[in-house]
Amino acid sequence: MAKTLYQKLVESHTVARLDEQNVLLYADLHIMNEYTSPQAFAGLHEAARPVAVPGQHLSVVDHIIPTHPVSFRIIQDPSSALQATNLAKNCTEHGIVLFDTNDALQGIEHVITPELGMIRPGMVVLCGDSHTTTYGAFGALGFGIGTSEVEHVLATQTLVYRLAKDMRIRVDGVLPLGSSAKDLIMYVISCIGAQGARGYVVEFQGSAIDALSMEARMTLCNMTVEAGARGALIAPDDAATDYVLERAPDIATQYKEAALAEWATLHSDHEATFDIEHVFDASEVAPYVTWGTSPDQAVPVTGKIPSPASAPDATVRAASEQALRYTGLQSGTNMEGIAVQRVFIGSCTNARIEDLRVVAGIVKGRKVASSVRAMVVPGSGAVRRQAEREGIAQILIDSGFEWRQPGCSMCLAMNDDFLLPGERCASTTNRNFEGRQGRGGITHLMSPAMAAAAAITGCITDVRKLGETHV
Amino acid sequence: MSDMTSTSRIADTTRVEGIAASLPTPNLDTDQIMPKQFLRGIDKKGLDKGLLYDLRYDADNQLRPGFVLNQPAYKGASIIVAGSNFGCGSSREHAVWGLQQFGIRAVIAPSFGEIFYSNAMNNRLLLVMLPEAEVQRIMEDVSNPLTSDVLIDVGSMTVKSHSVEASFTLSARHHHMFLEGLDIIGATLSLQDKINAFQEQHWQLRPWLHNIAHVTRARINATSPAKPLGNS
Repeated sequence: MAKTLYQKLVESHTVARLDEQNVLLYADLHIMNEYTSPQAFAGLHEAARPVAVPGQHLSVVDHIIPTHPVSFRIIQDPSSALQATNLAKNCTEHGIVLFDTNDALQGIEHVITPELGMIRPGMVVLCGDSHTTTYGAFGALGFGIGTSEVEHVLATQTLVYRLAKDMRIRVDGVLPLGSSAKDLIMYVISCIGAQGARGYVVEFQGSAIDALSMEARMTLCNMTVEAGARGALIAPDDAATDYVLERAPDIATQYKEAALAEWATLHSDHEATFDIEHVFDASEVAPYVTWGTSPDQAVPVTGKIPSPASAPDATVRAASEQALRYTGLQSGTNMEGIAVQRVFIGSCTNARIEDLRVVAGIVKGRKVASSVRAMVVPGSGAVRRQAEREGIAQILIDSGFEWRQPGCSMCLAMNDDFLLPGERCASTTNRNFEGRQGRGGITHLMSPAMAAAAAITGCITDVRKLGETHV
Repeated sequence: MSDMTSTSRIADTTRVEGIAASLPTPNLDTDQIMPKQFLRGIDKKGLDKGLLYDLRYDADNQLRPGFVLNQPAYKGASIIVAGSNFGCGSSREHAVWGLQQFGIRAVIAPSFGEIFYSNAMNNRLLLVMLPEAEVQRIMEDVSNPLTSDVLIDVGSMTVKSHSVEASFTLSARHHHMFLEGLDIIGATLSLQDKINAFQEQHWQLRPWLHNIAHVTRARINATSPAKPLGNS
């Protein structure tokens, strides 16, 4: 029988069928951070249960970590510091690999695991973090779980998993100059809505997807969760397998043939049927910007803030009105020209080396507007060092950007990087929720290129009008 | 309807009955349900304080008297009637713990964020999904403090507000989990033999998935000139 990629991944990881809707799913890799795992370890200890398979877990300090540009980092907040030491204690006790606060390879969980070659096609990857969908870029089934489930995975290496439905999003055509994978996913979310993929695992197919780099695919899959998806998938191709083999010498030297043979089966069969399908044309994707407080409240940068009166129903209208109250904007206003005081380039969505190259290409020889405080927080120590080697860091510093240490930083503002009330930020992150980047702060989501343009001009700017050819 | 409050019924898992408060905003995300500053613990304590903090308190940490959960008529509310996609966003289970610590035992909405849904079920926070029109009518009922009582009978899977009687569904598994409680990890561990057998075969077929974290760390330690800069 013809199967989708999602069905194949579930099947290859099903330990037992529990009932009509649930299976016991095996987890190949479980990633933990300092803030969603402590209560799971506490529960485990209370029940006197061991970690079933310590070699299939790893931990990272990333959400609370300060990103000041000093090499040795000290977490000042006592509660946050305790979260870090507690994680180290739990990892030591159970023999779990930890990328600790001052580890040279520390970084955002979803940035370091692919770059270290730990994400491989056909895996199931779990993490107490919703952006675990990132790993679909490799044809791995990744999704976020709660702390109770973290405890379950620690104790059993499995998860009680409610099966999802299959959605296909086909994107053909060529992304125009100035538009990126970030713009593509923002466009898709604005079309299908913040719960347009709720209940589904989304498989992306089409020539526009095939043309994306691995890092761009990670951006795409990462943010698919903002449409409510339970997972995102792209069938692994040569780009994916080359990326993995280059970073995982253990496979390249020992198991290459067997692995490639297995990975070649990881695609939806031709006759496979999806529960629902959407089709988009990449050539229609302009640089997108959010105007509201939900990721689906987005328009092309050349557009205007829509009127709540044009909303399809009373609920959407009320949500739009509330969003405009919070963001202090009025319907009919042009997106271009809205002044920002902050620019944040970072997060598991857009803090990889390709993102930073794009930013450097735009800001080289230009200066950050005097009205703007602009920060670049690289996704990992490795990204940071590579950017320094490539001269990117110097370009950013010369332009007036703060060049900081890696971490989640102002994506969710759990550390000491946050917006002040009323500050407006051009941000390469994934969520523009009320208060997400700091209480009273206002987030406009956009691509790294667009955020770079906003940093230079001090307002939301169509990057295509900056006269760059290498955007 | 009975005037029984949620607290006097706390041990009864067959029904949730009490004052319901309406939070109609769609896509009410877990960042709003439990803001970041309350996520710094290593235990589950004190999260009632953080629940919906920015909606309950103003920027000077003063109670917003107009917010529904701050109104005297809704004090002790045990049910929230919410807009669609309630609990979307971050996976933080703190949102569920905070709702429960605040006294909320059930949320009625047209739809829920997926991770939030699993988190709620694992903590026996009852989630009732009803069509948008029915949720709307229940909201209208409970917006009047005189008709704000709602009864959810878990056994028969029915909801009753002043003017609405509706049925909802739960999977057999979730129905059982809510009524009887379930040591989910214990139940899975009873399948340990199956897990072991699966794992052995899985790694035999795909040896590159075995021990990934340790293999990777050992390789890094052996090859990377960049030693850790220190320890925390």
